[in-house]
Amino acid sequence: MEFNLNTDFQNIDSDNKAVSANESVVYECAVIGGGPAAVTAAVYLMRKGIKTVIITKSFGGQVAETKDIENYTGFNYIEGSELASKFADQVKQFEIAVAEGVTVESFNPGSETKEIYLDDGRIIKSLTVIICAGSSWRKLGVKGEDRLIGRGVAFCSTCDAPFFKDKTAVVAGGGNTGAEAALDLLKIAAHVTIVEIDEAIKADKVLWDKIQSYENFNVLTSFAVREIKGDQKVEAVVVEDLKTGSISELKTDGIFVEIGMLPNTSFLKSSLKLNDYGEIAIDSMCQTDIKGVFAAGDITSVPFKQIIIAAGEGAKAALAVSDYLMKS
Amino acid sequence: MAVLDDKTRSQLKSVLGNMVNPVKVVLFTQEFECPLCKDTKEFVEEICSLSDKIDFQLKGFVDDSAYAEKLGVDKNPAVVILDNDGKDYGIKFYGPPGGYEINSFLKSILEVSGKREEFSQDLIKRIKAVDKDIHIQVFVSTSCPHCPEAVSKSHRLAFENDRIKTDMIEGSAFPHIVNKFNVTSVPKIVINNNTEILGNVPVEDILKAIESL
Repeated sequence: MEFNLNTDFQNIDSDNKAVSANESVVYECAVIGGGPAAVTAAVYLMRKGIKTVIITKSFGGQVAETKDIENYTGFNYIEGSELASKFADQVKQFEIAVAEGVTVESFNPGSETKEIYLDDGRIIKSLTVIICAGSSWRKLGVKGEDRLIGRGVAFCSTCDAPFFKDKTAVVAGGGNTGAEAALDLLKIAAHVTIVEIDEAIKADKVLWDKIQSYENFNVLTSFAVREIKGDQKVEAVVVEDLKTGSISELKTDGIFVEIGMLPNTSFLKSSLKLNDYGEIAIDSMCQTDIKGVFAAGDITSVPFKQIIIAAGEGAKAALAVSDYLMKS
Repeated sequence: MAVLDDKTRSQLKSVLGNMVNPVKVVLFTQEFECPLCKDTKEFVEEICSLSDKIDFQLKGFVDDSAYAEKLGVDKNPAVVILDNDGKDYGIKFYGPPGGYEINSFLKSILEVSGKREEFSQDLIKRIKAVDKDIHIQVFVSTSCPHCPEAVSKSHRLAFENDRIKTDMIEGSAFPHIVNKFNVTSVPKIVINNNTEILGNVPVEDILKAIESL
């Protein structure tokens, strides 16, 4: 039997020097998030000797939800949960302040000291902030989707694919996330239909090659999902052929919505400038439009949402903070 | 029979080293018509062997049916965790507590042993005020990273009020119950067979749902 031990259990033996975040301290930098950008920023900040607090719901971010990782340099293959655990390990080797298991409710970047309001009531103060809060699943926005979430409409394929044994499923989205969901399903489901709105599948070739090794699937390109139907659970998905405009109905037991991500910016309550996609607009130094507030990773305007890019951006943001603190 | 490697065994030993008082882990299995019973037994038995504070008891779901009934066990494999005095907090695991669910399993052993995090007084007061029988079923898959937290939250409710009982249900072991409640996404929390909550929601949300029953 396989199992995946949590980071706080896994790290019980390791050299954990982390301390609890303290409300009465004004930190030099607060890192919001626990994914690759946040963790890399924290490591760089601590090595620079900057008094840092890291605030996160859990370590790993989307990495923890990913099964196979084969494009993070140094690892031919690593499971997401294991990489997430290594992230936490590397951060906690430092005497860093940690607020774990919490969500940021709001953020006041106004004055020289920034205030971060946590959902457990604590207020964390810091001279600078690096926002690495990542992104979450984007919805289709079609009729039936919200009503049938958990009744056939799913987002997390590692979590929910096991419930589609010998059943049929539609995967909306032919990018890397869609391809990974399709792979989770193909092993177990009777049939999988991949629906892609563009003319071609955009997933990496290695993923696509793996899909081709199965026979129980078909692909509809230039098709859009228009409605999800079902009374108590998903029964069919209505799709439109974008080339002809014709509408048809696919009978299915479920649909996995894998059409990319939306940046987690709601806690900012429009305090920072965002771009047209709702991502935090940053310059090449990871600086936002407010002095002392930096951002890195999937939440920012930097293109290509990849673990290694987020990690690199986190390092850059930390070094930019170091520069900023020295000059101010 | 070792299902765990050396590194994992030593990690689990250190985790279990945080136990305060001894606990009893009672596993119900049956030989036939239970495809997951054998694996679950090997796995749970080996974990339990890693601490001398765990008294592991293997029971037959059929042979010891009176005991199963006493503890309210109605399907198997089932794991019930009792404290040293045999007190039942209403915490059960139906199906293998493997994959990510090992985390809620270990946590529940620590919690029954007496190592529990403090709740706010306000929350405890509200939980204790629940004055009807509440049965919480938390559906999970073993590959779901968010599920153990949902299971652990339901445990904390059960600890504070004897009328609240809670089951983890590993979906692949019980397809008929999964179909009954249309479970296609996890974690899914079903309260008293009719109120459904989807996702790893805050404990307050589960409590609110209970209060509004």
